[in-house]
Amino acid sequence: MQALPEVKVVNITRRFGKKILAVDNVSLQIHDKEYFSLLGPSGCGKTTLLRMIAGLVEPSEGEVYIDNKLVNKLPPEDRGIGFVFQTYALFPHMDVWDNVTYGPRVKAWEENRSESIGREMLEMVHLYGRKDALPHELSGGMMQRVALSRALAAGAKLLLLDEPLGALDAKIRFELRYDLRRLVKDLGLTAIHVTHDQGEAMAISDRIAVMKKGRILQVGTPQDLYTNPQHIFVANFIGENIFLEGHVIKTTDHRVQIELRGGLTASGSDTSVKEGERVVLAVRPETFTIEKGYTRKADSLLGVVERVRYEGTNIRYEVRLANEDMVVVVRPSLMEEWFNTGDKVTVSFPSEKSYVFPYPSRGLREELAVE
Amino acid sequence: MGEIFQDPGLMARASSAIYASFAIALCVASLDLVVGLPFAWFVARGRSRWLNIIDTLADLPFIIPTVTLGYSLLVFWNRSEGVSQFFGGNPLVSEGWLLIALLHFAFSFPAVVRVIVGAILDYRVVYEEAARTLGAAPLTADRTVTLPILKSSLIAAFVLAFSRSLSETGATVIVAGAFETGVVFINNTRVQHEGSMVFVSLILILTASLLYLVIRLLGPRFKVPVKRVWPYAERKLGGFKMRVSRDSLASLIFFMFVLIPSLFIVLPVVGALTNGTVNQAIGGIGVWQGYWQSLLLSYSVAVVVTALNVLLSLPMAVLIARKRWGAGASTALDVLSNVPLIVPSIALGASMAIFWESFAFIPEVALIIFAHMSITYPYFVRAMVGAVERVTMDLEEASRTLGARPFAVFRTIILPLTKYSLFAGIIMMFARSVDETGATLAVVSNLKTAPVLLVGWVNDLERGAMSASNVALGAGVLVMFSFIILLVLRLAVRGRY
Repeated sequence: MQALPEVKVVNITRRFGKKILAVDNVSLQIHDKEYFSLLGPSGCGKTTLLRMIAGLVEPSEGEVYIDNKLVNKLPPEDRGIGFVFQTYALFPHMDVWDNVTYGPRVKAWEENRSESIGREMLEMVHLYGRKDALPHELSGGMMQRVALSRALAAGAKLLLLDEPLGALDAKIRFELRYDLRRLVKDLGLTAIHVTHDQGEAMAISDRIAVMKKGRILQVGTPQDLYTNPQHIFVANFIGENIFLEGHVIKTTDHRVQIELRGGLTASGSDTSVKEGERVVLAVRPETFTIEKGYTRKADSLLGVVERVRYEGTNIRYEVRLANEDMVVVVRPSLMEEWFNTGDKVTVSFPSEKSYVFPYPSRGLREELAVE
Repeated sequence: MGEIFQDPGLMARASSAIYASFAIALCVASLDLVVGLPFAWFVARGRSRWLNIIDTLADLPFIIPTVTLGYSLLVFWNRSEGVSQFFGGNPLVSEGWLLIALLHFAFSFPAVVRVIVGAILDYRVVYEEAARTLGAAPLTADRTVTLPILKSSLIAAFVLAFSRSLSETGATVIVAGAFETGVVFINNTRVQHEGSMVFVSLILILTASLLYLVIRLLGPRFKVPVKRVWPYAERKLGGFKMRVSRDSLASLIFFMFVLIPSLFIVLPVVGALTNGTVNQAIGGIGVWQGYWQSLLLSYSVAVVVTALNVLLSLPMAVLIARKRWGAGASTALDVLSNVPLIVPSIALGASMAIFWESFAFIPEVALIIFAHMSITYPYFVRAMVGAVERVTMDLEEASRTLGARPFAVFRTIILPLTKYSLFAGIIMMFARSVDETGATLAVVSNLKTAPVLLVGWVNDLERGAMSASNVALGAGVLVMFSFIILLVLRLAVRGRY
């Protein structure tokens, strides 16, 4: 049985002045104990949406429910949330201990309870030994952990995280993302995590909402979004895709035959496009197979290896097709034969793992743009 | 100076006058903070578009020449034409310490509000938001998070108010009656007992400098109490009704004790509109001959002084805030930059006149500019030191590592992040230059700035040689022009409309 929604936003809109529409009529449900991410490029409205849930920004229209209660008029301090800011916002005039116990103190919890929860939280993030340090004496990773323990010490069941790992270096970010998820799950919290890093969102989330220009394009599990993107922007933003332009020449039950530029043909899976329609075929680089020489068969394309890049785990080939389009093929570096620049190759892909999208009315480049 | 030590009566007078000066300055500066903080909060955080006008109104007492302001307060609180008429005609407030305190509150309040508004606007609101998401009621968040972070600006505001109260002479003499503060004592004894005047000036300057040194050294160590929280009481006190009551009370005090008494002298301007005074003023007839040149001179001097002082005092503010020459030198510079604020304006004027006397070739207008630069310099330094201290070093360092040279860091990082405090400093300098009287009187012989002209008019009014409508219109025009200039400046910077 699906859990009850912990957070629900209904037709929410936020305008700044007359010209900026930051969030455009968004509706969303986040379930109890779910780790949910708002993912999108900078300026897509994800932080504004999070701040509206927190009560830090007032919606221009629409409703916010927390725990099935309408909270539009409720100030942030009464929403039972914990908020971790991108810059952490640790109070510079208070030491780590005073920062972490700030929530219990302002909520007038008994001193013993405040102290025990402060200690528990700091021990959980392995920083009890630094309780007397001032924020500027801590590293970025430490500040992030103090900010997290401060939010949790206030007793929040709903944790709102605004790019909480954004200011950290890659290695620490990679480690902390799993710590963050484990903590949220161990404590049975609901978390809404804002990020522009699709790898981070995929690694930690139960579900993800992909946003662009104030709107939600798709909500789903990481696997859903990766394997079944409903929008060409999502196909591009989550993982990597090669986009080939063409026209539909034939449709069957679940397959679409496409004529690519230069008379090449390929097929993909979709049922919504019509014969003659201009389309874009999207294929993930890791679904291609590559073999030496020209072999004519279904869903295969002939080309010449133009560039080879060794990436450690994978090897990446850029193959120039006969029609001058470029495809990228990514293969495991230790498992297969390597190819060299100038090699004539045949690249193939399984049609059931490719997607066909109608050609965007605003143009492909504009539709894929992240700004 | 030896005579004061040989005359116990004179020494007793001097001691009680110095004590009164410090007591009044302390009370006034404390009251300024207590009322100015909520008022500044209301102005800086409110959403009404009318707040720009209220914000500019708060600067008006700063613009009115202090002698005119003193006379206005005297009439309002003491004379039968003022509020006393509603209390049977007897003076509601007698000349003396209370009227001095009311006067000092009226002219120091705008400086306090200006510094605090600048600091609030420069403040990063994310700390307050963090406190709110952790469960703090708005008042708790303000008290435990925002106020401690704004501490350096609050101290700067206190120092400004304290210094201004300690040193103002012209208006204080008007409302003091028989009561003596330090500056009134100096004024009363300057002809017969020159040595006593020097002695009291020295004591005032040294004691105040010592006090600033203590504030400077202990201020950063002083911790605003944040451990104790009274969530229920603070939630109630910070509720909508209480907030409205607090804003209303602060605004009421501002209107009743600052704005209306300060502008009371302008009231007869209504009569001036109907009795032909306006026509005379426009035509430059009679006493109005020379008024417009004086007005133009005042504004021209204020613009030049403000521009020159921004260039000269910004590096000093950065030097002090960043402790570029070490903590000791920074403290010394900070205390020294306050001296023109502490020195009684009557003594400052005399000192300047003596100093510049030896440079006879310098044109009179340059003397006015130099005098005004000395007097306005500390206002800007005070406003900017607190603001620069709040810009963390890592932002500067980030800019340097990206290839910015020190001046580029200053222009692209420090200035944008302190723009509201910078603007506050500019307003205070401009307004203080427009209203400056005492030191200007000391250095000029032919030229007359608008305040100098108005001082003469007020004296004539007291002698019955000038009509109230002339004085009202003269002061009113000065206030109106300054109001328009400051409002335009404010709108340009804050862009509320």
